[in-house]
Amino acid sequence: MSELATHPTRPTRRDEAWRYSAVEALEGVDLDVWRDITIAPGESWSECLVIEDGADTAATELRRLRIDIGAGARCAIFAIAAAAEYARIEIEVRMGRGAHFEMGGITVGGRDTVREFVTRVVHAEPEATSNQTVRSVHWGKGTGNFLGSIDVVRDAQKTDAAQDFKGLLLDRGASVNAVPQLEIFADDVKCAHGATVGQLDETARYYMAARGIPPELSRRLLVQAFIGDALVGLSDDDTRERLMRVALDKLDKHL
Amino acid sequence: MLQIENLSAEIGGTKILDGLSLSVGAGEVHAIMGPNGAGKSTLAYVLGGRPGYEVTGGSVRFDGKDLLDMEPHERAAAGMFLGFQYPVEIPGVSNVQFLREALNAQRKHRGEEPLNGGEFLKLAKEKAALLKLDMDMLKRHVNVGFSGGEKKRAEMVQMGILDPSFAVLDETDSGLDIDSLRVVGDGINAIMRQPGKGVLLITHYQRLLQVVQPDYVHILSQGRIAKTGSADLANQLEAEGYDKVMAA
Repeated sequence: MSELATHPTRPTRRDEAWRYSAVEALEGVDLDVWRDITIAPGESWSECLVIEDGADTAATELRRLRIDIGAGARCAIFAIAAAAEYARIEIEVRMGRGAHFEMGGITVGGRDTVREFVTRVVHAEPEATSNQTVRSVHWGKGTGNFLGSIDVVRDAQKTDAAQDFKGLLLDRGASVNAVPQLEIFADDVKCAHGATVGQLDETARYYMAARGIPPELSRRLLVQAFIGDALVGLSDDDTRERLMRVALDKLDKHL
Repeated sequence: MLQIENLSAEIGGTKILDGLSLSVGAGEVHAIMGPNGAGKSTLAYVLGGRPGYEVTGGSVRFDGKDLLDMEPHERAAAGMFLGFQYPVEIPGVSNVQFLREALNAQRKHRGEEPLNGGEFLKLAKEKAALLKLDMDMLKRHVNVGFSGGEKKRAEMVQMGILDPSFAVLDETDSGLDIDSLRVVGDGINAIMRQPGKGVLLITHYQRLLQVVQPDYVHILSQGRIAKTGSADLANQLEAEGYDKVMAA
């Protein structure tokens, strides 16, 4: 099969799932690479995805996962997109009866980088629960995106799905985009979503300064507190510290 | 140790302080009283370097240095503590982390070694006990979910840990019940009633001044010190009110 036949069209910003993406950075990138994961009923699987500065980091970094979570199984993903001109972490999840999906995501970045999470969570059977928390901190002309869709099929009663996004902009030119998309065909479900965007709390920064904390440190502490929300569900202290360090190092280095 | 000379300041173009002069020596406690809108909190914030408060004239020297030339965090490191009338909540940052960072940032600024975790916790426990604040409160996020009284006690625990040489306490007694007032007052005495330290106590009520006895009481009115007296002046105000005392 020719390359052209595999990719009849490249994504454009007209495609819903690529609306805020740096589609021009996809030139020469293989869009067919998906990692497929099947979690057997009752099993647990967790993964930590880190896109950070390193010798192997390309200008465009795509991580695409398709996960099938069996009945009563648990899946937890904690991820950070902190490097590449364009970084995209895309996760498609299909959930069996009583399964749980936990996702904590962080994007950080400045200059004119674009870093995003795109998730599609399908509650395909009853009684499954999902919880997604994404925190984005951007400066310069950096952009952070969270496009999260939740589909609840007709039979998936007692679904409990939550999606929470907060963006923190440290400079005037930075931006974040949140696109929650809920399609619910069952009638006995709970679906919660929230999206906010804000700046650093200058009153808190002044309070910290009045106690002797210099401006760089108060910013670091507030950013740490802000992104900490995305890692609340992470029980492994070492992994939490690692993700936090990747985010804060980025902040320290580039601000 | 604090010399305020002819200080004028405005907020958003409105003149609040208008030629205020005041001098606080080492080992002294000065109380500032005054009707609403006299400029008491503005004075506190100007001394603390809060953004938005513009100094339009005069000078403030703290231990011989130009206080107004320092950034807020530098003022803290130089030994100035500002007790907030409305302590600020900081979700996601624990008191322990906040205060350890603050203390070590001050120590670093002064060229001192940082305290390690164990040393800091020992100090924090000691000061929390002094203010009868449960140590568990210090593990919680800064002021989040604290009652008004707990916030004020926590402010004084912060003061105890940071051990400033000068404290500006802006209505630290507001929102306190009688027992808490006594605990906070005793705390101020224990931490600040020492040779070489000074206190500027901003209050509406004479009750705190029965516990923390001031050496001088000043009445602030229309942005300047209108009258100065001994501790008795506070009693007189309580009995007669501002209008009568000021007219005398």
